Amino acid sequence: MWWVGTVVALRDETATARTIALEVQDWPGHLAGQHVDVRLTAPDGYSAVRSYSIAAAPNSERRVEITVERLPDGEVSPYLTQRVGVGDRLELRGPLGGWFVWRPEQNEPIQLVAGGSGIVPLMAMIRSRRSTDGASPFRLLYSVREPGAAYYRGELDAPPGEVSPLTVTYAFTRAAPKGWAGRLGRIDAALVARATWPSKLGPTCYVCGPTSFVESAAGLLVAAGNHPERLRTERFGPTGERQ
Amino acid sequence: MSDDHHLDGNAAAGPLATIFAVDVTAAECQCAHCGTVDRFARTHLYMMSPGVVARCAVCEQVLLRLVSAGQRVLLDARGLTYLSIDASQFQESGR
Repeated sequence: MWWVGTVVALRDETATARTIALEVQDWPGHLAGQHVDVRLTAPDGYSAVRSYSIAAAPNSERRVEITVERLPDGEVSPYLTQRVGVGDRLELRGPLGGWFVWRPEQNEPIQLVAGGSGIVPLMAMIRSRRSTDGASPFRLLYSVREPGAAYYRGELDAPPGEVSPLTVTYAFTRAAPKGWAGRLGRIDAALVARATWPSKLGPTCYVCGPTSFVESAAGLLVAAGNHPERLRTERFGPTGERQ
Repeated sequence: MSDDHHLDGNAAAGPLATIFAVDVTAAECQCAHCGTVDRFARTHLYMMSPGVVARCAVCEQVLLRLVSAGQRVLLDARGLTYLSIDASQFQESGR
């Protein structure tokens, strides 16, 4: 089932990532963590389909937001991040996927682990958690190359002193912000031990990122005592265009 | 065929939606080769145009292939003994 969405807003998240907000007539609603397939069709009939996670929390405004990372060799992402304007129409299929989702009735601790643009479906969960006033405490471990590559910075960083149901820990792999006390590098066992829920609390863990990132992070979570059954993963492909 | 390039069964939700009325990725499935029972979303998925191939996360045998060719879609699910689907979805989709 393909829907037609109208672009209602555009927002740059980083120098290379843009959020596209769409209004979709008759949208049946979605769950946090689900994705859509976007289909672009050229005048000659050639079409390309790519999957993008939904960044928006479930809402009643028929609103679907995706955040697209522009890839230099991409077939679809340069168009979505540079050419698409407000009022344009895009074809969408979805909402898709019933497994990598968070529902407000879940009340166990939630551990989110994101690599790069893998933050997108997890952001939908965070936004959903905030909008529903749920009971489950969230922790996010977010690995990015450098501070400028982090999406949703203003929304993730709670004002100092405010009690938030969400605790965010960043891992910077190539460059850290000025005054950063942490160590530069990939997520490792020490960081998992320090920044994720103790496995004895039985958190549900959602891990999203490139394949190699997910392999590594999921392995560390299991090594820290989390049962594989408690892990839900979403990998995206080596071509980078989220497939 | 255990390499680092697979995705998760989740990623097949779109292609599978072309032929199934409800979400199959959250369904439980059994591997016909080794008997493993798990969610389809946890299978190892290889997306190679023009189709997708899902392999068992334990034994790596092929569970399902879905290929689009011209005006036809081919589904080969001989590697699956069964799919067990949450029936509450049927109501949501009006079935």
